[in-house]
Amino acid sequence: MLEVLLNCLSINKEVIPGEKMKNLSKWLMITAAVILLGAFLFPIWNIDLRAPQYPEGLGLRIWVNQITGQKEGDLNLINNLNHYIGMKTIHPESIPELKVMPYLIVIFSVMGIAFGLFNRKWLKIFWLALLLLVLSYGLYDYYLWGYDYGHNLDPRAPIRIPGMTYQPPLLGTKQLLNMNAKSVPSIGTYIITLSILLAAASTYLSFKKEKRIDGI
Amino acid sequence: MKNIKLIVGLFTVVIVGIILFNCSGSGESASAEDAAKRTYVKPGSYDEFYAFMSGGFNGQLSVYGLPSGRMFKNISVFSQNPETGYGYSEETKGMLMTSYGFIPWDDAHHPVLSKTNGEQDGRWIFINGNNTPRVARIDLSTFETAEIIEIPNSAGNHGSPFLTENTEYVVASTRFSLPIPNKDVPIASYKENFKGTVSFISVDNKSGDMNLAFQILVPGLNYDLAHAGKGPSHGWAFFTSYNSEQANALLEINASQNDKDFIAAVNWKKAEEYVKAGKAQKVSAEYYNNLYNEETHSAESKKLNDVLVLDPKNCPGMIYYIPTPKSPHGVDVDPSGEYIVAGGKLSTVIPVHSYEKMITAIEEKKFDGEFGGIPILKYDAVVAGEVENPGLGPLHTEFDGNGYAYTSAFLSSEIVKWKIGTWEVVDRIPTYYSIGHLMIPGGDSRKPSGKYVVALNKITKDRYLPTGPELTQSAQLYDISGDKMQLLLDFPTIGEPHYAQAIPADLLMKNSKKIYPIENNKNKYAVHGEKDARVERNGNEVHVYISATRSHFKPDNIEGVRVGDKVYWHVTNLEQDWDIPHGFTVKGLNNSELLVMPGQTKTIVWTPTKAGIYPFYCTDFCSALHQEMQGYVRVSDAGSSVKLSFN
Repeated sequence: MLEVLLNCLSINKEVIPGEKMKNLSKWLMITAAVILLGAFLFPIWNIDLRAPQYPEGLGLRIWVNQITGQKEGDLNLINNLNHYIGMKTIHPESIPELKVMPYLIVIFSVMGIAFGLFNRKWLKIFWLALLLLVLSYGLYDYYLWGYDYGHNLDPRAPIRIPGMTYQPPLLGTKQLLNMNAKSVPSIGTYIITLSILLAAASTYLSFKKEKRIDGI
Repeated sequence: MKNIKLIVGLFTVVIVGIILFNCSGSGESASAEDAAKRTYVKPGSYDEFYAFMSGGFNGQLSVYGLPSGRMFKNISVFSQNPETGYGYSEETKGMLMTSYGFIPWDDAHHPVLSKTNGEQDGRWIFINGNNTPRVARIDLSTFETAEIIEIPNSAGNHGSPFLTENTEYVVASTRFSLPIPNKDVPIASYKENFKGTVSFISVDNKSGDMNLAFQILVPGLNYDLAHAGKGPSHGWAFFTSYNSEQANALLEINASQNDKDFIAAVNWKKAEEYVKAGKAQKVSAEYYNNLYNEETHSAESKKLNDVLVLDPKNCPGMIYYIPTPKSPHGVDVDPSGEYIVAGGKLSTVIPVHSYEKMITAIEEKKFDGEFGGIPILKYDAVVAGEVENPGLGPLHTEFDGNGYAYTSAFLSSEIVKWKIGTWEVVDRIPTYYSIGHLMIPGGDSRKPSGKYVVALNKITKDRYLPTGPELTQSAQLYDISGDKMQLLLDFPTIGEPHYAQAIPADLLMKNSKKIYPIENNKNKYAVHGEKDARVERNGNEVHVYISATRSHFKPDNIEGVRVGDKVYWHVTNLEQDWDIPHGFTVKGLNNSELLVMPGQTKTIVWTPTKAGIYPFYCTDFCSALHQEMQGYVRVSDAGSSVKLSFN
């Protein structure tokens, strides 16, 4: 995988002298850290709802710091429709994660830039591991929210189907009454993934460099 | 063996030839299968054009798709509409205010789409009210009436609302002349006392707001139809007239005596100069301008008290008469702006005037006397050609942009296609029956889409399943993309479409609004959320600020209303979802229902007359629990001590 990536970056490790490779590894890490900020520009997760009455589509966009509709008014609309099944309304301003996540992104970015400048492979591994840990927890947390919304339903809701819950899938599609819910990562997540790959490439180069030096 | 193949091959060619000949050679209808294919819009697909057909005596404007002929909407313009509450709701009553008071109806004839550089721009469509002279502007992002302006010093606003090339002006003329200002005189004093006017209503380029800029006082004739010039003739407007005999009784005989009547050619740029130079007289005249505000969802009615009037006597070079055979009806300007085609309804030819020749004739003073102080140009000095054998009763002409003109002939019930320049008739095709207007999408503009022509027929007779004495009106769609016109489709219409216009669908679709944003709702009585829903008493007025959303009203139980109260139901639809209107009515509502679009507020007044319990409910099937969307009002006797309460 990394080999492929490096090839894509037209890096031929055979002809890159040590100093140059060191530079490359440094800039890859810094780039990775800066790119991470791009996660602010796009949603990180999409939940698309499809139903016969909504040929124009309906959906939620989860950002690192907010939740919006696929188009204007969708969030209100979904909240309104959900009262039929007794689901709680979604109020982005009362979700603490949306306040914490932006700080985490900025912290990781600043940390990443610093580690890039030091260009120490253990720092970079530490950064990667911590980021992956945080992301995994984030995904778990997201699952918990979905579980809560999908299971804790108002017992007086107009539509009550014994045994039926409305938790959206973490990844993939699920039919919820007349709604087909599809949950997939969005551009923000791809940006984070790219950042991780670049950081990994940078780390990989650090190892290569050491091996080479060992070899000489 | 080879010979047999050859014979079979030849035979096939002959058969195919015969079939093809029958398809296209008859000059009438395309084969049923072929026509069906060409007008079939498959489920879920869109029509190629929007067509707007006037409702005539229903006072409205209906929206169709072409080529399918399917109807999408009836836009409320000059007539009340109890389906939506238009003209009944407190917010929209003002749209129908005139100097004669509230008028619930009019006779709407000519829809005309706004233009920029002589081409359709898809912003607005205008339509005239004939009976109580008015012009309406409809917004094509909401397909709702945005403004209505009354025209004073006018009667029978038929020659309207034709537009100048950049929608600078809507022009209008008086079908009926009358004393100006109107007064009590003997009818037989027509020649002495009766006058006509042509009006120029300016249109704000941004907002579309209409304003009666000026009127021109003209001799007492029957002014009929109009069109403004374009391209080289931009700056001029042409108005047909009949009754140069100035008869005031039995016009069918008395106004059909003269060989020629007049087209009035008005140099409106010159008129503008005269207005600027202070030549116009400020005349007192009462008229209304009603503007619908999309944020308050309410009409604002304004009464105006004077108008600027130009008298041609003081304004040389502003207006000329072009003699034109036999009571001309339509006057249509070709896409190049050079030719002015008149539909002399009793004439045996279609005269076509030349703009360039007209200008030369004016410069060289080729006059043939004057009428009421207005110079008459010499017919021969202006006419470019005459179309011979154009059918009987030619009325209107539209253009395909490929050098051909299409004229409707009422009496011979046909469309006649002729070539501009050679004036030769090249094709003709029957209509069923008695065509009035005809319409090519963009056929009055500088850039027609010459694919179809629609015939708007006056008589239907045996074309559809009969429905008693009153039959549907009939429109017919013809393909004009080939040399020969072909009938593709008959489709019924409502009201009595006079004129129609059509526009490529993509010009409008992209601007069509889906909802009214609730945060922009500035109606005084709107609620912006259920928490604002309430009931307030003010003397014997009860104001119910009620919200509607799937599938409930808030509040839905109201007590403390008393007989003799005037109850204002201010209904706000809180939905922000496309195509989710809510309706509202209450038992015994002696008024219309309301149909409230997402984000909109509408008010209907109810005066309960008997004590009891009155249910109210949503009339638009909005959701699975639509039948649950209901409430009760308790009405107590006058003087009852039941306290006002709600939940």
